[in-house]
Amino acid sequence: MSSDYIITAEHLTKKFGDFKAVDDITFNVHKGEIFGFLGANGAGKTTAMRMLCGLSIPTEGKATVAGFDVYRQTEDIKKNIGYMSQKFSLYEDLTIRENIRFYAGIYGKSNAFIKEKTARLLKQLHLEQEANKLVGSLPLGWKQKLAFSVAIFHEPQIVFLDEPTGGVDPVTRREFWNMIYEAAEVGITVFVTTHYMDEAEYCDRISIMVDGRVEALGSPGELKRSMNAASMDEVFLKLARKATRSAD
Amino acid sequence: MEKSFLNKKPNGSPGDGAVVVENIVKHYGSNKETVQALRGVSFEVKKGEMFGIIGPDGAGKTSLFRILTTLLLPDGGSAIVNGHDIVKEYKAIRKEVGYMPGRFSLYQDLTVAENLEFFATIFNTTIEENYDLIKDIYSQIEKFKERRAGKLSGGMKQKLALSCALIHRPVVLFLDEPTTGVDVVSRKEFWDMLKQLKAQGITILVSTPYMDEAGLCDRVALIQNGQLLSVDTPQAIIGQYNRPLLAIKAQQMLRLQNDLKQYEDVEDCYPFGEYHHLVMKAGYREEQLRSFLEQHGHHSAEVCTIQPNIEDCFMALMKN
Repeated sequence: MSSDYIITAEHLTKKFGDFKAVDDITFNVHKGEIFGFLGANGAGKTTAMRMLCGLSIPTEGKATVAGFDVYRQTEDIKKNIGYMSQKFSLYEDLTIRENIRFYAGIYGKSNAFIKEKTARLLKQLHLEQEANKLVGSLPLGWKQKLAFSVAIFHEPQIVFLDEPTGGVDPVTRREFWNMIYEAAEVGITVFVTTHYMDEAEYCDRISIMVDGRVEALGSPGELKRSMNAASMDEVFLKLARKATRSAD
Repeated sequence: MEKSFLNKKPNGSPGDGAVVVENIVKHYGSNKETVQALRGVSFEVKKGEMFGIIGPDGAGKTSLFRILTTLLLPDGGSAIVNGHDIVKEYKAIRKEVGYMPGRFSLYQDLTVAENLEFFATIFNTTIEENYDLIKDIYSQIEKFKERRAGKLSGGMKQKLALSCALIHRPVVLFLDEPTTGVDVVSRKEFWDMLKQLKAQGITILVSTPYMDEAGLCDRVALIQNGQLLSVDTPQAIIGQYNRPLLAIKAQQMLRLQNDLKQYEDVEDCYPFGEYHHLVMKAGYREEQLRSFLEQHGHHSAEVCTIQPNIEDCFMALMKN
């Protein structure tokens, strides 16, 4: 396996009883890449992501994340990745500063590191005045931007984003993507799921899952050309319509 | 009591307004930290219309729906739904509207059939009586009718919730973000179901955070921070966009965006799928833009004039 890869997955499979939630998927993610992980509801994205984050042991196949094995080195994986989702990101009843300190502490960062980086982060996000306010009082878009910053605060090699922009207004959604680009520029690999097809275009490469399998993999341009489609929307519809199993 | 209200013509109510909303205000919290959920919202929905309330999370969509379905009292303003005042005649409204909340709120430990039966019974009707209305939707999940609602897939839950919201044959249907978090394919299917309901004469108010769903509505209200930015047909909202809009693509998209933001005739530049959308000041010169691009090394840049879509309009209105 090339060391240029931060994720390698070979024949990765997860069964629940007779049901193959993830059915023999093989793909690699390059270091520093923005990788879009798409699929209809129930296609197996969440199960696949849980395996890659060290939260669920595969039934069959091989995979490594940041060089660590998804069967034996799940704790190492957790230390070396960041994670945020639309549903769960920050503690609403802790302040902004407390949330940062809490997450950084969990990842074992030193007090000096936390102090210095918190100051820098608050300044970057223009949240210095709000630092001691409860996260619950922030507008959604701000929460999501803060959650992303917290997810990469411990400087992981890769960050997993599960529908990070769902319900976010169009202006803030784009500001969020600028933050993704900045993270990718400093070498953090971004693994992201989304239901917005315009966001699929912002990824270097995309995979599309249908019924537990990876049905398409490539750059947005490649996928559109090979499927003879004008937009990613069309690519997605053409593939997802083949699905035989029902949504989540 | 109610009968007399039913017969009374509400004051100043326009003849064909299924929903008339006037200056509705709602805030939450104590005096110290109040959240202004709705800051004076007014609009009117005509009978039989498919009306979209489009805006991001936290814009006030759910508060508005809960007020119009009489589940929440406004702090100011008034509204009439199907001829009834939302405060004084709430009982009449509850019989005549259907409401599908954003969060799945059927009984998880009742079966599909039991849930439907339950909703039919509390509205004093039977499944048989109104089966024709839900047939197309319910028949898709009928083979699972002995399954508990909690064990259904997301798409099936949605169909059951819609069936339950329809079983008493409502005049006005409120759907709060029925397609949020749902993939493109299921979203298309859901909108097809709505079109069929509209064809049966039901007035539909539907909220969504997806701007691209605006085109599927007769008219839309764009909402942000508890205020309406615009209420009109999607075509008219697009028609009101008054700046030149370009789509642009080059080798290095991130650098292109940063460079263009420095250009004096550019009002805004933001990513939009494969292209960046470039909002120009009126009277910009194309040759000058071309030479600016050349100077900055974007040699093979592809530029063309485009029609704005609702998301462009929303962003322009937000920034105003």
